Amino acid sequence: MNEFVFFFNNVIVSGLVLGSVYALGAVGVTLVYGILRFAHFAHGDMMTMGAFFTLLIAWGLAALGLTAPIPLGIIALPVAIVVTAVVALGIDRAFYAPLRRHGAKPVTLLIASIGVTMMIQGLIRLAFGTGTYTFFADVPKRLYRLDVPIEGATRTINFTQPQVIMVAATIAAVLALHFFLTRSRLGKAMRAVSDNADLARVSGIDTRLVVRVTWIIAGGLACLAGTMLALDVTLKPDLAFNIVLPIFAAAIVGGIGQPYGAIAGGYLIGFAETLAVFNWNAVLRPFRDVLPDWLPTNLALVPTEYKLTVAFVILVITLLVRPSGIFKGQQS
Amino acid sequence: MSLVSLAGVVAGYGGAPILGGVDIAIDASDIGVIVGPNGAGKSTTLKAIFGLIRVTAGEIRFDGRDITNAAPDRLVPMGLGLVPQEKNVFTSMSVQENLEMGAFVRRDDFSDTLGFVYDIFPPLKAKRRQKAGELSGGQRQMVAMGRALMSRPRLLLLDEPSAGLSPRYVLEVFEQIVRINATGVGILMVEQNARQALGIASRGFVLASGRNRFTGTGRELLDDPEVARSFLGG
Repeated sequence: MNEFVFFFNNVIVSGLVLGSVYALGAVGVTLVYGILRFAHFAHGDMMTMGAFFTLLIAWGLAALGLTAPIPLGIIALPVAIVVTAVVALGIDRAFYAPLRRHGAKPVTLLIASIGVTMMIQGLIRLAFGTGTYTFFADVPKRLYRLDVPIEGATRTINFTQPQVIMVAATIAAVLALHFFLTRSRLGKAMRAVSDNADLARVSGIDTRLVVRVTWIIAGGLACLAGTMLALDVTLKPDLAFNIVLPIFAAAIVGGIGQPYGAIAGGYLIGFAETLAVFNWNAVLRPFRDVLPDWLPTNLALVPTEYKLTVAFVILVITLLVRPSGIFKGQQS
Repeated sequence: MSLVSLAGVVAGYGGAPILGGVDIAIDASDIGVIVGPNGAGKSTTLKAIFGLIRVTAGEIRFDGRDITNAAPDRLVPMGLGLVPQEKNVFTSMSVQENLEMGAFVRRDDFSDTLGFVYDIFPPLKAKRRQKAGELSGGQRQMVAMGRALMSRPRLLLLDEPSAGLSPRYVLEVFEQIVRINATGVGILMVEQNARQALGIASRGFVLASGRNRFTGTGRELLDDPEVARSFLGG
C-alpha cells in the first residue's frame, strides 16, 4: 500500500501541479495565437516577469510590516496580475503593434517575440541578478500530510499549501475564462476574431479592443502561472524560459487556438512527464523476492534530466498522427 | 438623394487599379444588382464601399456623408452591412452566437431583430444552438445574411448570395432578399445568376473591365439585346 501512496505523491500530485502550470501557460499562448496568429515566444519570460512582480509587491507588503498566515506572495498576486497585464499591453503597443501596422508576417512577429524574451530576461537579471529567490524566507512552506485510511499504509499523501492554492487557482481561472468566452459579449467577440478575423472585421467588431483584451488575459494568466511555479519551486530568472517549450507543446497538442485544448494538453504533458520519470522500482518493491536480480535499480522510462524530451515525443506523435491537435485547432 | 452613391471610383490592391472609375447610385427602396463577366470588378466594388480595399480616386457617399476609405467598424454603426461570398459564417460558433456577433456594434436590446431574423429564416431558429460550420450551404447563407441584418443596416451589400446553392435555395434566397428590401433596407448585390437577379432588380449595373458598361432598371437591361448577347449568354 505504501507503494501506491508513493506513486500517488510522485505522479498524481506532481502531475497535477506541473499540469496546472503548463495549462495556464498554454492557454495564454493559444489565445495570443488564435487572435494574433503568431507564436508568442516571450510568454515564458512573461511568466517569470509576473512572478518577480509578485515578489516585489510581497517584499513591499513585508516592508510595511504586514504578516499573514499564508505567504505574502499569495496576497500580492492579484496586484501583480494587474501589473503584468498592463506591462503585457505595453509590450504589445511598443513592439508588436507597430509591426502589425506594417503588415508584418507571423514569422516576423515570432522573431520579434524572441527579441522581447531576451529583453525581459536581461532586465530581470539586471534588477535581480542571477540568484535564486523564495517566497518562504520568513514563513515556512506549510506541508499537509493525509493519512491513508487503508491497512498497511504508513506513508502519508503529501502536498504543500502552495500546491493546493495552485490547483484551486487554476480551476478558478479556467472556469472564469470559460464563462468569459461563452457568455460575455467581448469573450464571444474574441472567439469570433479567432475563428474568422476578416468576417469579425466586416461585422464591425473592434479588433483592436479584442487584441487588448487578449493581452490582458494572457498577461494575467502568465503572472498567475509564473507565481504558482515560483511558489512551488523557487524563483530564478530562467524560471519559465526553461518550460516554454513544453508549454508550446501543450498548446499544439491541444489544438492551437483552442483554449480547452490547451488545458487538456497542459495536463496531458504534465502527467506524461511525471509518469515518464517515475521510478517504477518503487512500486515493484513488494515483489523484490520474485523479481530477477538483473533488474536495474532505476526503472524510470526517462532519466529526470531528460524530462523535457517527453513533451517533444508527445508533440512529434501528435503532429504525425493528428496534426490539428486533440481539439481541432487552426491550420496556420 | 441616393442612399449610396459611387462617383468615378478608382480602386485596387496597389498595382494597376481594378476599378477604373465606377458610378453607382441606389435608393433605400432599390434592389441594385451588379452583373458582368469574371474579373469585371463586381466584388471589388462592394469591397471598395466597405473600406476593404483602397480607393485612390472618386468618392463614395452614404446617406450624404463621405465614407470613402472608412473602416468597417465605422461603417457598420452607420448602417452598412456586408455579406461576403466565402467564409461568411463563424464556423466554430453557434447560429445564435453568429447572429449576436452581427449585433456587436449595438449596445441596446436586440431581441426584436433576432426575432425578425428567425422569422424570415425559420430553419435558423430550430438550429440556433448548432455550430454554423455544421449547416448546409443554404442554411449557412441564411446565417450570413442574418448576421449582417443584426446590426439593422439601411444598406445591405451581398456578394453572390446564390453562389453554390441548389436552384431551390437560389429562388428562396432571392425571395428573402425581396422581403428584406420591403422592410426598407436598400440592397446592392453582385450576382453570377444574372438573369434571375436582374428579374428582381430595380437598378441594374453591368460592369466590364472595371468600368460601367450599361446602367438601367433590371427590366431595361434584360430587354436590351446587346446586354443579352454580351453578358447574359444570348
